[in-house]
Amino acid sequence: MSNEATLHGHAATSHDADVHHDEHGHHHKETFITKYVFSQDHKMIAKQFLITGMIWAILGGLMSVLFRLQLGYPDAHFQILEDLLGSKWAKGGQIQPEFYYALVTMHGTVLVFFVLTGGLSGTFANFLIPLQLGARDMASPMLNMLSYWFFWLASVTMLSSLFVETGPASGGWTSYPPLSALGDASEGSKIGMDLWIISMALFVVSSLLGGLNYISTILNLRTKGMSMTRMPLTIWALFFTAILGVLSFPVLLSGFILLLFDRHGGTSFYLSDIYIASGKALPNEGGSAILYQHLFWFLGHPEVYIIILPAMGLVSEVMSVNARKPIFGYMAMVGSMFAIAVLAFLVWAHHMFVTGLNPFLGSVFVLLTLLIAVPSAIKVFNWLTTLWKGNIRFTPAMLFAIGFVSMFISGGLTGIFLGNSTLDIQLHDTYFVIAHFHIVMGVSGILGMFAGIYHWFPKMYGRYLNNTMAYIHFWITLVGAYLIFWPMHYEGLAGMPRRYLDYSGWLSFNQFGGLNRFISTVAMIVFAAQLLFVFNFFYSIFKGRRVITQNPWGATTLEWTAPIRPGHGNWPGEIPEVHRWAYDYAKDGRDFIPQTEPLGSNESAH
Amino acid sequence: MIEANIKVNEQRKKIHPHKFTLWVALGSIVMMFAGLTSAYIVKRDAPGWTTFSIPRAFWYSTGVMLLSSVTVQMALKAFKEREMMRYRNLITLTAFLGVAFVGLQWIGFKSIWNSGITLKGSGGGQFLYIIAGLHALHVLGGIVALIILFIKAFASKVRRYDSIPIELMSTYWHFVDLLWIYLFIFFMGIK
Repeated sequence: MSNEATLHGHAATSHDADVHHDEHGHHHKETFITKYVFSQDHKMIAKQFLITGMIWAILGGLMSVLFRLQLGYPDAHFQILEDLLGSKWAKGGQIQPEFYYALVTMHGTVLVFFVLTGGLSGTFANFLIPLQLGARDMASPMLNMLSYWFFWLASVTMLSSLFVETGPASGGWTSYPPLSALGDASEGSKIGMDLWIISMALFVVSSLLGGLNYISTILNLRTKGMSMTRMPLTIWALFFTAILGVLSFPVLLSGFILLLFDRHGGTSFYLSDIYIASGKALPNEGGSAILYQHLFWFLGHPEVYIIILPAMGLVSEVMSVNARKPIFGYMAMVGSMFAIAVLAFLVWAHHMFVTGLNPFLGSVFVLLTLLIAVPSAIKVFNWLTTLWKGNIRFTPAMLFAIGFVSMFISGGLTGIFLGNSTLDIQLHDTYFVIAHFHIVMGVSGILGMFAGIYHWFPKMYGRYLNNTMAYIHFWITLVGAYLIFWPMHYEGLAGMPRRYLDYSGWLSFNQFGGLNRFISTVAMIVFAAQLLFVFNFFYSIFKGRRVITQNPWGATTLEWTAPIRPGHGNWPGEIPEVHRWAYDYAKDGRDFIPQTEPLGSNESAH
Repeated sequence: MIEANIKVNEQRKKIHPHKFTLWVALGSIVMMFAGLTSAYIVKRDAPGWTTFSIPRAFWYSTGVMLLSSVTVQMALKAFKEREMMRYRNLITLTAFLGVAFVGLQWIGFKSIWNSGITLKGSGGGQFLYIIAGLHALHVLGGIVALIILFIKAFASKVRRYDSIPIELMSTYWHFVDLLWIYLFIFFMGIK
């Protein structure tokens, strides 16, 4: 009898005992419900996160197409919008102001949390941690299942807020009070805001349950021989990500709890001296809106690393495999991720330079913020040197990995501008910021996620994605992303503020009318290319070319020693033992040496 | 579960993964209260800050909480010595002490409320309701876990030798105890 029987709560998954084992390996009874719905298998949970995340990505992307339509063509009337969305949101075929704010708020919330946190970490932490470490499953498959279902509840709650009469939250994805604290302040601050807070609280619970599991699995359930320094960089990245989440999400939750009391309990933690439009003064005194910003950004900043670190890990692994070279500077990679994880908690106030923050304190945060350039640059150099003189295979996953590095450099450079509190006076809340974080976090994160999906799809579904569609998807996405976000730098430098409905009324921003139309057009093309990917994904699950070799990419890591379609428990026999690190490529005249191969007589331990 | 433990030891595990998970979770809970208490400290300098006096009920509840930590520890010891009757009595007692703690907190809240400090405003009292209220919720969660252990101890015909669930329980219970001591001293010391 093995540990998974007790850990999983299943009656019998006696993989160890059974020698005659078929590929699927399900001896215990599995119904449709336990296999596909309330599954405790980490691989199925990963797929649930992935597909839920993809649905959100389509919705979030569609929202951006809608508001780009408004920004590109502020005077046009699209009758179809009124037909589809009703006269309240799209009167006369034009996006109404309240709807516009709801769209940008929801676009941010959905992409940051539901796609690039839940969808990215949820998918790859669940899928890769047990498979790459040589574990049967997570430390607690039960909590893992709950993590997905809390994510699902959060998703349903957020989705339902799109359909309430006053519309979803519309005060920006950061939900700053007093706008978010006063129901009278706007349509979106009514029930939509409550649903937003409830959904985010459920999301925090989901992230915490997931994060706890990832950390204790990585530290406790590594197979024999898998020391921490033999782990693939994906696992290191997911490990730091989970730590960041576990330490920062609870603080966000406490900020939300205070916000809820301000909304419904009559407290004034965030409210003070407020006059509403009718001229009436509110009784709230002594609150501070800045307090919310501190609590929010204490999560909010680590959150951007929660998004980018998993992408970095996936890219490192994909790049090493497809360059047929060991990753350059393994320990430097781990060290720089550690440095990023520590600095993540020390820079939050750079989002608040213009809130009246003490300038001396601001300069401390400038220094700490600019310090992040050091580990980031180390990582970039290591990726480039991994590519250098590599025997590169331009698989779709590899292209996305290289695209990630390109985007990360471009977006990282503008981070140096924004990290300076003096420059931030001009650039704060302009399109420069939009360009910066979309490139460095949004597009980079999603490119890293695509690299992961294209690389591990064969392991997930036992079939390949279609390469032709993948290449079209890649080039349109990469070129399109630059064409969308690069011009925004110029708009931002000219002072064009974010979150405005219509810029045509300003002489200073009139000049960008053509540019805005161009950006909107490209955005629609890129969105269409993503639908091509979605089609490829679902088509290939059922009709893709079958995987017939166990290790199609010639990778060293453990997931490729499992059967092509592993059952619950991952390995039918004994869990493989590890003898070497994860990056033995092009060594001793061999293309690659799997981690499971014992050391030769001419090798030292590594 | 014994086999599970052997297996876990075979994989050269020093600490049971569930225990480890709990420790990380406790770290996470600490961050939430750290966020709230630092908000309290920051807000103290703001205009309109009000204070409250510690009600007598909180002294009693602190005593009850400390006592319950002793009983849960004794319950763990009894279980390990296979004194099942004593174990059942002790976890029952712990659960009752937990309920008494929450009740006393409620009485404490009411006496502060009656002194005129309601949810209106943003002073120490409003923070107290939220911070101590969240703590009481964590105690209630512990009581639910105790009830589950209690039902398992009575309902099962199978003899249970695995002490992990009870160890998890006692660790969590000591944690909410310590957390309250910290909050109590915090509210007394920082006005």
